[in-house]
Amino acid sequence: MNMTTAALDWVTVVFDAPLARAVVFGVHIDGHLVVEVLLVAVILFQLTRKSYKPPKKPLTEKEIDDLCEEWVPEPLYPPITEEMKTEPPVLESAAGPHTVIDGKEVVNFASANYLGLLGNENIADSCISSLEKYGVGSCGPRGFYGTIDVHLDCETRIAKFMGTPDSILYSYGISTIFSVIPAFCKKGDIIVTDEGVHWGVQNGLYLSRSTVVYFKHNDMASLESTLEKLTHKNKRAEKIRRYIVVEAIYQNSGQIAPLNEIVRLKEKYRFRVILDESHSFGVLGNSGRGLAEYYGVPIEKIDIITAGMGNALATDGGFCTGSVRVVDHQRLSSSGYVFSASLPPYLASAAISAVNYLEDNPSVLTQLRSNIALLWKGLSDLPGLAIASHPLSPIIYLKLKKSTGSFKSDLELLNVITDRVLKEDSVFIVSTKRSVLDKCRLPVGIRLFVSAGHSESDIHKVCDSLTRVAALVLV
Amino acid sequence: MTVLLPIPPLVPIPPIAVPWEVRRMVRLTYLTALTTLLGYVVFFVFGFLRDLFRELLDWSKSDDLRGYAPICPPFEDFYTRRIYHRIQDCFARPIASAPDAWIDVVERYSNDNNKTLHRTSTASRCLNLGSYNYLGFAAGDEYCTPRVIESLKKYAPTACSARADAGTTRLHVELEELIARFVGKPAAITFGMGYVTNSSIIPVLVGEGGLIVSDSFNHNSIVSGARASGATVHVFRHNSPSHLEEVLREQIVKGRQPGTHRPWRKILVIVEGIYSMEGEFCKLPEIVAICKKYKAYIYLDEAHSIGVVGKSGRGVCELLGVDPADIDIMMGTFTKSFGSCGGYIAASEEIIQYLKHASPAHLYATSMSPAAVQQVISAIKVVLGEDGSNRGAKKLAQIREGSNYFRSELKKMGFVVLGDNDSPVMAIMLYNLAKLPAFSRACLRQNVAVVTVGYPATPVLLARARICISASHTREDLIKGLKVISEVGGLVGAKCLPAEPEKAKKMD
Repeated sequence: MNMTTAALDWVTVVFDAPLARAVVFGVHIDGHLVVEVLLVAVILFQLTRKSYKPPKKPLTEKEIDDLCEEWVPEPLYPPITEEMKTEPPVLESAAGPHTVIDGKEVVNFASANYLGLLGNENIADSCISSLEKYGVGSCGPRGFYGTIDVHLDCETRIAKFMGTPDSILYSYGISTIFSVIPAFCKKGDIIVTDEGVHWGVQNGLYLSRSTVVYFKHNDMASLESTLEKLTHKNKRAEKIRRYIVVEAIYQNSGQIAPLNEIVRLKEKYRFRVILDESHSFGVLGNSGRGLAEYYGVPIEKIDIITAGMGNALATDGGFCTGSVRVVDHQRLSSSGYVFSASLPPYLASAAISAVNYLEDNPSVLTQLRSNIALLWKGLSDLPGLAIASHPLSPIIYLKLKKSTGSFKSDLELLNVITDRVLKEDSVFIVSTKRSVLDKCRLPVGIRLFVSAGHSESDIHKVCDSLTRVAALVLV
Repeated sequence: MTVLLPIPPLVPIPPIAVPWEVRRMVRLTYLTALTTLLGYVVFFVFGFLRDLFRELLDWSKSDDLRGYAPICPPFEDFYTRRIYHRIQDCFARPIASAPDAWIDVVERYSNDNNKTLHRTSTASRCLNLGSYNYLGFAAGDEYCTPRVIESLKKYAPTACSARADAGTTRLHVELEELIARFVGKPAAITFGMGYVTNSSIIPVLVGEGGLIVSDSFNHNSIVSGARASGATVHVFRHNSPSHLEEVLREQIVKGRQPGTHRPWRKILVIVEGIYSMEGEFCKLPEIVAICKKYKAYIYLDEAHSIGVVGKSGRGVCELLGVDPADIDIMMGTFTKSFGSCGGYIAASEEIIQYLKHASPAHLYATSMSPAAVQQVISAIKVVLGEDGSNRGAKKLAQIREGSNYFRSELKKMGFVVLGDNDSPVMAIMLYNLAKLPAFSRACLRQNVAVVTVGYPATPVLLARARICISASHTREDLIKGLKVISEVGGLVGAKCLPAEPEKAKKMD
């Protein structure tokens, strides 16, 4: 204790010693002022030094040239395997219920010609008169003299048929959905979608840059829990646009989306619904008006309906229908509409004739339904294959009862079945095709597209053929 | 004093800056730029005021959409509601005939200040300077139409199925062989729509870890395909091979990630043959040389140039003397020159085999309508002279002479005209947004149908009128078009350059 006090006294004396009681310019200089001046001097000295950066030499031109020489790109395509070389069968006549492949007549279950309109005389006549009047192509986008009066007539006809205020026509089926989604969904919006949607929808979701959340395929409990999780105590969610994107009939599995449930959930959690009715337009409902009519849901509750016309309507192109605001917005902001040539006019007149035919002959729907029921019964007991689709779906999806474990080997097995069925029994069916860009992980299978134009003997033929070949290959 | 809060922009401010080479090309003076901007400012101010009044008036109205965010936020379609709707009658004009050299433009009227337009049953016959009908195949053709009708009767309007399922017919196989032969590549694949071709092929070729270098004026389908691919996208200045080289050198050195300098998987350079808003050709020989030097792959989009330029119509490669084997992927559409619909990709056998296996449009999308396929086959046969006549060569000569004549006459009148020699597309610069409807409506009154384009298809300050010449335009048609455009252009004030004196114009 004494030593510390003694030390402190000594320090004080030392500090005060040099300039004790000195007066400079009228200011009393005390010892601590010296320390403060020294400190300030040191700080100023350090500030004037340059900060340390590790030395960075820019590359010389020669070094850049060497780097560019060394870089080797990957090839544009991967090594070509045998399965890549297989070509699909080439048709030699119209793809109706019976078609000609390699000179042989086959029963065709691979075309989505649900109402049997391929080869219909009225439609062919309207196409021909349209071709003679307007030529083939429309030679321009809709904004620049590519709007022909048949397009406007077709849009009005479809809107009248569906019971919506307005509709808009697209020139290609698959581009409809991937143009509509980015027009209404931007970065920051929330989209809840089924994990089994097809590539067109996936591309649209990716291009929209919104937050995408998947729920289990066609599982309403999973949808409800996802919606609950997203909106629970989330104040921010109320200010952004929220959508549920579903397909009416999933082309990857043949399941039908339960629209009444979805509308109930949508109203509870305040989401909007975008419905892709490519395979259900002209198929479901008493008069073919689609999923909403089938479930008895008023059409105004569904915000946006899109459909490709390449299935039931036996023409090409697509349409989107909804309220006036929805349709009008797309005319300037939907890229597949604005930046692309419009639908060839003869296909638009084919669409008008097809819709007229459907409205005048609703019996074609009962024929389709009885064909589906008959085929379902015939295929319900196949060796090694099980039906995975909904009983009312016109796409009948057969998957392997016992999967081999990988998509590739499953697909090989299924391809063997379809090839043998075509070669030996002259029945044309197809297996699932998956692109490398497709994110869908649903099981692969064999697809049969039922048409109202198929006869009972066609259906029996395919059932017998599949039973025989499946027994040989799978068991 | 109150503190200034940062207010987010209530409307999206469009990019106004114009690169200096483009400014020089389009002769944009400071006075023009200022007056154009002033015009936009006036529109915006009035638009704001009207929006304000609309909000006040709608305050009392009930809102059924409680709990939902509006489906179109007010700032997103500000441009549509307040600017585009005023001039809506200049766009999307319906026609009641084939898009040939002369068309019947349907007259429309509006009861609510252009917000909704209704058709009447009267139509006026106008000269068509807007449709992409370069070789005149739009209306019925004596060789093509009978064959198209026969194919329609045999194969039906569609096959209701994807190409990989049941959509491939003999016609599709024939078309692929024919287009590969026409373009000069070993193999080809066709799709039902040009837009989908770009959007679904580019992601298959280049994925994540790849680099896409595309021209700044590329079409929306290429931009959409590049974005969907997941690769990094860099843009090089329009038609500037030197800037392309700079970008490539920088990117190869930098690599995929700034820290680790991992090398790029592959580099794809995307250019177009003719740029449709300017009418100029791409500098293909220089760009091909650079791509070869840096081992980048090149993708050429010949939507507007296939079948039109070149001695036998084979596109920019023939015109500029580039060997098709040097270009990795050649893409094109059938809409413009062949009067049909759809697109194609021509490349080596292996690439086409891979695309057939992997491209979503081939596996999922409905195949091209057989009648449209037959139209392309017949049109190509006419162009090649394989139909037994020389109509193809005559059409090519006619479109070349017609477009060169039209362009030189326009330049003589003092308009600022964009577009290279031999290109069937040319643009007359109008700059000012208010001149677009004036030009368009005045021309229509004198029975000439022109296309006027503004933002967002062109940069903000560079609105223009775009002319597309067709092989079915006769010399009289072109003279009439020139007369009307000269008169209207003078009224509107688009003759920015001094006109050539009359006695020097002793031509034809």
